[in-house]
Amino acid sequence: MEYFLIIISAIFVNNIVLAQFLGICPFLGVSNKLSTASGMSMAVCFVITLATLVTYLINQYLLIPLGITYLQTIAFILVIAALVQMVEIVLKKVSPSLYQALGIFLPLITTNCAVLGVAINVVTKEFSFAGGALNLGQALVYAFATSLGYGLAMVIFAGIREHLALNNVPKAFKGVPIAIISVGILALAFMGFSGMVK
Amino acid sequence: MSKFKLITDGLVKNNPTFVLLLGMCPTLATTTSAINGLSMGLATLFVLVLSNIAISAIAPVVPDKVHIPVYIVVIATFVTLLQLLMQAYTPAIYETLGLFIPLIVVNCIVLGRAEAFANKHGVGESALDGIGVGLGFTCSLTVLGLVREILGSGSAFGWNFIGGHDGMLAFVMAPGAFLCLGYLMVLFNKFLKKN
Repeated sequence: MEYFLIIISAIFVNNIVLAQFLGICPFLGVSNKLSTASGMSMAVCFVITLATLVTYLINQYLLIPLGITYLQTIAFILVIAALVQMVEIVLKKVSPSLYQALGIFLPLITTNCAVLGVAINVVTKEFSFAGGALNLGQALVYAFATSLGYGLAMVIFAGIREHLALNNVPKAFKGVPIAIISVGILALAFMGFSGMVK
Repeated sequence: MSKFKLITDGLVKNNPTFVLLLGMCPTLATTTSAINGLSMGLATLFVLVLSNIAISAIAPVVPDKVHIPVYIVVIATFVTLLQLLMQAYTPAIYETLGLFIPLIVVNCIVLGRAEAFANKHGVGESALDGIGVGLGFTCSLTVLGLVREILGSGSAFGWNFIGGHDGMLAFVMAPGAFLCLGYLMVLFNKFLKKN
């Protein structure tokens, strides 16, 4: 039940893009086509879950015992940057087809604030449904569900954008402005989920 | 004159929010009121100026292959400094901006200026560029915050002008952020952007 609450809350109620405003740059950048949007979502999903696992362990067994939690930001961003590099190298060797699919999106993920945001959120925020900080299992489920929420928002928005491209909009609205306004309406729809999980 | 231009460029021609479309996450998330937008802008300005100065100073000796990780560490150091300072002197603002203070590390404006400007120019010019772009960011955030505050809670910079009524709450929440930013961009394109 508890895990179910985490999943619903992370995907719909507190959707990472539409309610928490994390990862907006790639969200706007690669959502032109459905295929690139789903590729990016897969890459993000993979990296967020892995990065949360590693940063959680580092925080728990290195930073807290040594009393240097103020180094969290530096430690986490370094870990994430190294991790993305490593994932890239490993994937290239182990699964060239997946590497091809994720391709250019992998290096972009280092500067996706969703990854660092989720990693910091998991170790600092108090979650009402967990009665405080998350344990490792909950943290992983939360990270995975959050990235699924990212993928959901991304795929829906890419679908909308493919249709937008076919329409004739006023000149000043062309490109990003109309896209952002559509995200606003999408966010309005997602607000309907609020109240489902406290 | 050219020094003055470095600063004004950041305000309109290279405006980070409306033209370069950088740093969207803090722009949308922290502009629930004019004050919050202003504080976030100033926090970013602080990191941007210091990292521009430091990076322009060390750029000649940093090997090309590792320059991105080095820059990120420099930026993360200044962000940590800012976090500690804000926790000590402005704990209330630190509390409101929350997650988005550590996230300045991955704000593309900071790394973007380091890559595009600071590593090719001198310390003085880089500092001015940091001030210009930082001010541009601060202005956009304050304007967006002000619009959302007026529509959403009927007040401006905390001064309430509609008495006991509630504003349109949606504008303080997520959808309002996207809608206001979208329409402000339209206005910017229409009236301020040349050609």
